[in-house]
Amino acid sequence: MAIVEQQNRVLLQGNEAIVAGALAAGCRFFAGYPITPASEISELLSVKLPQLGGTFIQMEDEIASMGAVIGASLAGTKSLTATSGPGFSLIQENLGYACVAEVPCVIVNVMRGGPSTGLPTSPSQGDVQMARWGTHGDHPIIVLAVSSVSDCFSVTVKAFNLSEKYRSPVIILSDEVVAHTREAVTIPDTEQIRVIDRIAPGVPPEWYTPYAENNRGVPDMAAFGDGYRHHITGLIHDDRGYPTQNTQEIEKFYKRIHGKISKGFQEIQVTKTHLMEDAEIFVIAYGSVARSALKAVRDARAQGVKAGLLQLITLFPFPRKCVDTYLRQCRVVVVPEMNMGQMSREISRVNQADCRIVKHNRIDGRLITPQEILKHLTTV
Amino acid sequence: MLERAEIIRKEYLRHDKKFPHVWCPGCGNGIVMGALLRGIHVLNLSKDEVVLASGIGCSGRMPTYVDFNTIHTTHGRALTFSTGIKLAKPELTVITVMGDGDATAIGGNHFIHAARRNIDLTAIIINNSTYGMTGGQYSPTTPFGSQSTTSIYGHVEHAFSIAELAVTAGASFVARGTVYHATHLEEMIQKAIKAKGFSVVEVISNCHVQHGRRNKLGGAVEMITSFKKNAVTVGKAAKMSPEELEGKITIGVLTNVKKPLSTEQYQRVIAEARQNVEKNASEKEKNGIKRYEE
Repeated sequence: MAIVEQQNRVLLQGNEAIVAGALAAGCRFFAGYPITPASEISELLSVKLPQLGGTFIQMEDEIASMGAVIGASLAGTKSLTATSGPGFSLIQENLGYACVAEVPCVIVNVMRGGPSTGLPTSPSQGDVQMARWGTHGDHPIIVLAVSSVSDCFSVTVKAFNLSEKYRSPVIILSDEVVAHTREAVTIPDTEQIRVIDRIAPGVPPEWYTPYAENNRGVPDMAAFGDGYRHHITGLIHDDRGYPTQNTQEIEKFYKRIHGKISKGFQEIQVTKTHLMEDAEIFVIAYGSVARSALKAVRDARAQGVKAGLLQLITLFPFPRKCVDTYLRQCRVVVVPEMNMGQMSREISRVNQADCRIVKHNRIDGRLITPQEILKHLTTV
Repeated sequence: MLERAEIIRKEYLRHDKKFPHVWCPGCGNGIVMGALLRGIHVLNLSKDEVVLASGIGCSGRMPTYVDFNTIHTTHGRALTFSTGIKLAKPELTVITVMGDGDATAIGGNHFIHAARRNIDLTAIIINNSTYGMTGGQYSPTTPFGSQSTTSIYGHVEHAFSIAELAVTAGASFVARGTVYHATHLEEMIQKAIKAKGFSVVEVISNCHVQHGRRNKLGGAVEMITSFKKNAVTVGKAAKMSPEELEGKITIGVLTNVKKPLSTEQYQRVIAEARQNVEKNASEKEKNGIKRYEE
């Protein structure tokens, strides 16, 4: 994968950096199905995983890929799948299973234009709300977005860490631009990368209650074959993991799986700010659009406009507190997105400060340029 | 015999689970579960090393009741979960129990690919010719002309022969049994678990509540004894004409072949990949290039 090999400074494609991040985070299992623009992730992992004693498998479809990923994770192996829109539709079924059975795993969706076969293979941000609400039922989920090749590495490590810590599937939204852009990135030394692993039960099997409440809200996780002989199900279950129809147990279950994510807001909700200290007008952007937005903000500053950028790494749980702070500080927010306004509706939802929201939606399969954003910053 | 039944009851059932189970009186699922537990007991497998996975439907509840590593997955997808478990921990014995609709309708694609792939898994498919849990709709194994809640004018489609489908898709071990022939079934399951590769046991079972009642096949006793009447062994079936075999149930081992296991082949891939890494590293060191890891 490396072309320039000098002090961990390497020239990588976004998809390759996701592979590097996954392996650095301890991922040792991948199941996937070919789809553009995510295929490089599969191809590279089919080479790299066996080198590390891990397993790569190409399944018959994305439904099967997600099933295999969950199975491997339950057997104690950190697992990944990667896909694009049409495949993302198929993984939703078993994604819900991972939410309800609390199985750590990471899903990469390299977004292309949709719905259906849509726009192969042009960039899009059309799957943002689907990443949040794609699988049926009330479920908590973590969704992260990458905007650069270096993000692809660090956010993937973060995604695995969060999935292990919170026993939750984590979705990484990339897009065709980030996936296929090549940039020089610095890969940190292994010792500098913080890797979090799920917590194994500290009690012998006869004392183990698989879904027992604790102060973290995240139950300790035994792996199949480790002697705990527990039961895993997609049915709503009691503390022991057995199906229940008891109203109190049902409510307790839902509250806990949502509560465990709420408890971690501070750590889960990641945002980056650029020139926000004295900003009067700002841009909220994520994914590849955030790159254009940063350039636009710098150009606006050069023209004397007090502009800033709030870049969202975590899309869900929506970083309401952070967004709210800047909505109160500024008079205008520009929200450029490669969709019809999927994130701007979240911003409208939390806007209590009468900040003017200017949407900029480009849906022709091309990346939003800095000039388009700059025009808003200098005219509103 | 009684003594063994007592051991199995004590050793293999989860007594802290909220029994009674969900199955109707007379259901064949319990007979299959009994045969499976006796088979595992005879094979002397450690409970810690056994994984029992299931899909959705009446058969899907089986893992809840037994004291192994158990998983109740999504409808039709059980084999995909089992594939992941087996690949991550090849030392585990992974058994997947499914129904006919589960394995061959919604899970049909996973089923044929698992057979083609030849990972060391055992699939037990309880075929009762209907979707029992949802109220008796027609399934891929509902006979032509039968009544079901979605074919009250008589079923217009043709049924799958699950065991033959498995043979054609490449499964290395395929057997068929019935819930009448409980001892024979136990033997078939034992053989399937022991056989390396993807093994399938199709079990002809009764859903007198949904399928039997609507097709005047009688209650549990009548349906189960009809399996006795209609069963012919593989050896005997080979000498019979297709006309004579009409309505018969061929029981026994349909195929048992040795094929390279994809899991074993993958160990070779790992060894080769590791060798390449070492070779490249030593070459680069010679040339004075710093190595980029992961």
